[in-house]
Formats: sequence, C-alpha cells, structure tokens
Amino acid sequence: MLIDWLAIAPEIALTVTALLVLLADLNLRGQAKQLVAGVAAVGTVVALVFTLILWGDERSTFGGTFVVNEYAVVFKVLFLGSLLAILGISWRFFAEGRYFQGEYYFLLLTSFIGMIIMPSARDLLLLFVALETVSIPAFIMAGMRKRSLYSSEAAMKFFLIGVLSVALMLFGMSIVYGFTGTTYLPDIAASIAALGTVDPLLAAAIMLVIVGFGFKISAVPFHFWAPDTYSGSPLPVAAMLAVASKAAGFAGLLAIAFIAFEPVAELWAPVLGVIAIVTMTLGNLVALQQRDLIRLLAYSSVAQAGYMLIPFGLARSGAAQVNDAAVQAVLFYLIAYAVMNIGAFGVAIAVHRRTGMRSISDYAGLASKSPLMAMAMTTFLLSLGGAPPTVGLWAKFAIVQAALTDVTGFAILLMVFLVINSVIAFFYYLKVVKTMWMDSAPEGLPALQPGFNLSLVVFVLLVGTVLLGVLPGLVSDATSLTGLAVG
Amino acid sequence: MSLIGPLLLATFLFCVGVYGLIARRNAVLVLISVELMLVSVNINLVAFQNLLFPGAEAVHGQMFALFIIAVAAAEAGVGLAIIFNLFRNRATVNVDDVDLMRW
Repeated sequence: MLIDWLAIAPEIALTVTALLVLLADLNLRGQAKQLVAGVAAVGTVVALVFTLILWGDERSTFGGTFVVNEYAVVFKVLFLGSLLAILGISWRFFAEGRYFQGEYYFLLLTSFIGMIIMPSARDLLLLFVALETVSIPAFIMAGMRKRSLYSSEAAMKFFLIGVLSVALMLFGMSIVYGFTGTTYLPDIAASIAALGTVDPLLAAAIMLVIVGFGFKISAVPFHFWAPDTYSGSPLPVAAMLAVASKAAGFAGLLAIAFIAFEPVAELWAPVLGVIAIVTMTLGNLVALQQRDLIRLLAYSSVAQAGYMLIPFGLARSGAAQVNDAAVQAVLFYLIAYAVMNIGAFGVAIAVHRRTGMRSISDYAGLASKSPLMAMAMTTFLLSLGGAPPTVGLWAKFAIVQAALTDVTGFAILLMVFLVINSVIAFFYYLKVVKTMWMDSAPEGLPALQPGFNLSLVVFVLLVGTVLLGVLPGLVSDATSLTGLAVG
Repeated sequence: MSLIGPLLLATFLFCVGVYGLIARRNAVLVLISVELMLVSVNINLVAFQNLLFPGAEAVHGQMFALFIIAVAAAEAGVGLAIIFNLFRNRATVNVDDVDLMRW
C-alpha cells in the first residue's frame, strides 16, 4: 500500500517537533529550558505551512481512512492557529512557574497531533486513536501542578470521566461493527441504509457513540467535569481544553454523525437538538451565579457547546443541502469561538499571573490600571455574547442561516431557545464588563505585566474578533466551500 | 460456535464494570471497573469478527481489539500516576473525598 506522504505531512511535522522538544528538554539546563517553547512554535509554523500547501487538494491515503480535503484543512488550520496562540499565552506562565516546561510542551504538541488527525479520520479505529491521543496527554496536563490539591483533583475527575466516556463509546462502536461488519465510516452508512429498519440495539449503540463524544464537548448532562477541571488545571491548559479539545470533539462528532450515521439522522437529530437546548440553558443559568471568572468561562463554554449542537438538531437524512449548511455553521462557529475564547483566557492569565487572583471581583478597576487589557477582555466577552460588530454575532447568524435552509417546527423551537439564551448570556458577560470599567480598583493593586508574547496573542485575537465581525467573509468564504461529504 | 455465549460474557463483564463504577469509591477499583468494560468491548469485537464475518479480507475487529489493548495500557499507566499523585497530596484515593471544588 502506497502512503501519500504529503497528505500526512502536517502530522509528521508536529510529531517530529514533539520529539525534538522532548530531546531538547533532556539536554538543556536551567534557564535554557525556555528555548523549547521556541522550538515548539517553529515546528507548529512548519506544520501550518504544510497544511496550507494542501488547501484545495483532495487526497486520501491508508485505504481511504485518512482524507484530506478543504473541510479537513480548515479544521487543521484552526487547530494549528489555536496551538500557536496557546503557546504564546503559556510561555511566561510556565517559564516563571518553573515546573515541567519541556514535558508541558511535549504533551501539548502530542495532544494537537491527535486533534489534527481527527477531521481527516474516516474510520472508527482512527477516530478512537485520535481521540485518545487528544485525551491522554490532556489528563496529564490537567495534573501538571503536582503539589496543588486542586490540580490533582482536576486531573482525577477529568481522567475518570474521560475513560468512562471512552469505554461507553467503544462498547457502542463494537455493536455498530457487529451490525455492519466494517469500521470504515462510508461503508457503515451504506450498511445501515441497507438494513432498512433500525434495530433497537443498533439505535442504543449509536447513542452510546454519540454520548462518548458528548463528554468531550461537555454537553449537558455530561458537563460536570468541565468547570472543576478548568479551574483546577493550569490556566493555559484550561484554555486548551475549552477550545481545542472541544473543537476536536466536534470534529469527531461531525464525522460520526454526518457520514457514518447520516442514514439514521431522524434518530439522533432530535436527541442532539434537545441536548443542545438543555446544554445552553443550563450552562447559561449556572454561569449567572459564578463568582470565579474561570468557572464562569467554563459554564459559558458549556453554553457555547449548546449553541454549536443546534445545527446537529437540524440534520435530516438524504437532505444534503440542509446537512452541508449545518456542518458549515458548526465549523464557522468553532473558528469564531476559538478566536474569542482563547483571547478571554489570555487576559485571565495576564491578570492571574500578576495578582494570583481569579474571582470576578478581582477584576474591579482593571480598566484604570491596564485599559488595553480591559478593552480586549470587553471585546472578547461581548463577542462571546454575540454583540455587533464582533465575530460572535456572525457565528450566531451562521446557525440561524443553517436553520433557515429548511424551516421546520423543531428548527423554530431551537432558534427561540438560541435567542432567549443569548439574552441571558449577556447578563453575566456584562457583569464582568461592569466590574472592570465601573468598580474602583482596590488599593495597591500592581499594574499588569503581561509580557510580549501574551500581549501579541491577545492583540492579534482582538484584531481578529473585530475584523471578522466587520468582514466575516474572510472565514465564511472558506467554510462555505467545505462540504464534509467528500470521503 | 454460537454467538450467544461470547456476547453474554461480554454483556456480563460490561455490567460488572458499570456496577463497579457506580458502587466503588476507591479510585483504583473504579479504574479496574473501566478496564473490565474495555475487556468486554474486546470480547465483542473478536467474537463478531470470528463468528459473523469469518471470510472478510480485512480483520477490522481484531485490529480494533489490539489497539484497544494498547490504548488501555497507556490509560492505566496515566491513571495510576494521577491516582498516586493524588494519594501523595491528600493521603486518600477515595473519590468521594475529592471534593474541594463544588459548583
């Protein structure tokens, strides 16, 4: 079997970088260990260049189980861009903390290798391996602060929930294999379509597989690990879990739902639609009562997962137009979400590093101390809420557009909940904004010193949030090209 | 050979795993329960491969089982490290005691 090396070049570049980081960490001593962050960033840029070369190409290798098309390339650019941003915001955090820098960057890169495989995978086996490559390094990263009670608790909860969800998902996958005799996603779709009636056991198996990904994207009722894990783990790791790891879960769920289980969309679409409603409502209502900013961002990310699940509720088997619109809406929302949420975590890291504090009241008077950071945080929060002129507005608009492709009663119900929840969400986002701008700062609060890398990342993301808010076409031109169907 | 035997065994093991997950409070025993669930998946896959699709040219099921065994080993390694670290910090591996953070 011939291997198409160019198709897997980004993955290879990232793997080589991860090994180089591990090797460099072994040989460097003391302050020099900080260099590994640079090595990781250079390797990521190389992988990004290889990915961009693949734009517009249609390639498949490993017997069709690994596919590179525009859809996969957009996802890979999203992941590698997030990786660069996370490297930027974690450099000072880990360099000053002096704990396990080399290991951190190695694990981070390994986790992202799994992520960039995910949108290309067209086989249950490859999806499973990619999911575990994302998760296992993340378990360790959550527990990176070995002496912290909170960090070890975060790792413990994340690990137990993670392995449980994978076990459930694998049980579902094994039953699906028993019914279809294959693990290749398009063949599964063909076999399920040929079965005609859906056996209850097969339906249960399909639900189990979807539940497995539900944990990864922290959808209600599988969300309870998220706030604890985000607030316990080091903040850059929380940013990575909230954005990249969730996007990887969505990549896997898209492939499973819209390729393998597309013929039985009538079965899972209502379930995912109801989960979307419950997820966004519960996430927003609980976020209202949070006093810790990281927990607020965690519940907000649960709610955002709910918004991103809406297009799944619109899916119908055989309606290629509706399904393509749904996939594109999810993809556009994920890109917008990555830009604004990594930015919000970046500001949170800057504040936390300086003051060691993270509760919302500690943000009082941030505007008078460091107006630029407060400005950036305000923009990111407004964007998460969906205010014009930010990218968050267009992200919600993309979902509405997907619903309008073919209006059904259920689609209208989903839209009603989307609007109600957007209003609720503004309440707690604006509460933080009000604290930053209107409350007076406590005495003796030092000015922030975010450092060059973090400032640069926050600035780029701020520009991105506003620029995409004015010109959403920059991204939506790319996402609207990308049907998942090509397999 | 009938498919019913292996499937009953797999279902039994899976149920034991789920029960252990819910009833056990010791993190190591919870980890063992999850491993039991993974073993039941392996039995399923190998049984389907050999009894339902014996002539297929691609041995998807058995390949899948091999990968699950390898990944389960990695998971157990990471999990025991996390549990060990928790024990060093808190001198307990009881999952009910791990409750510093509540919503």
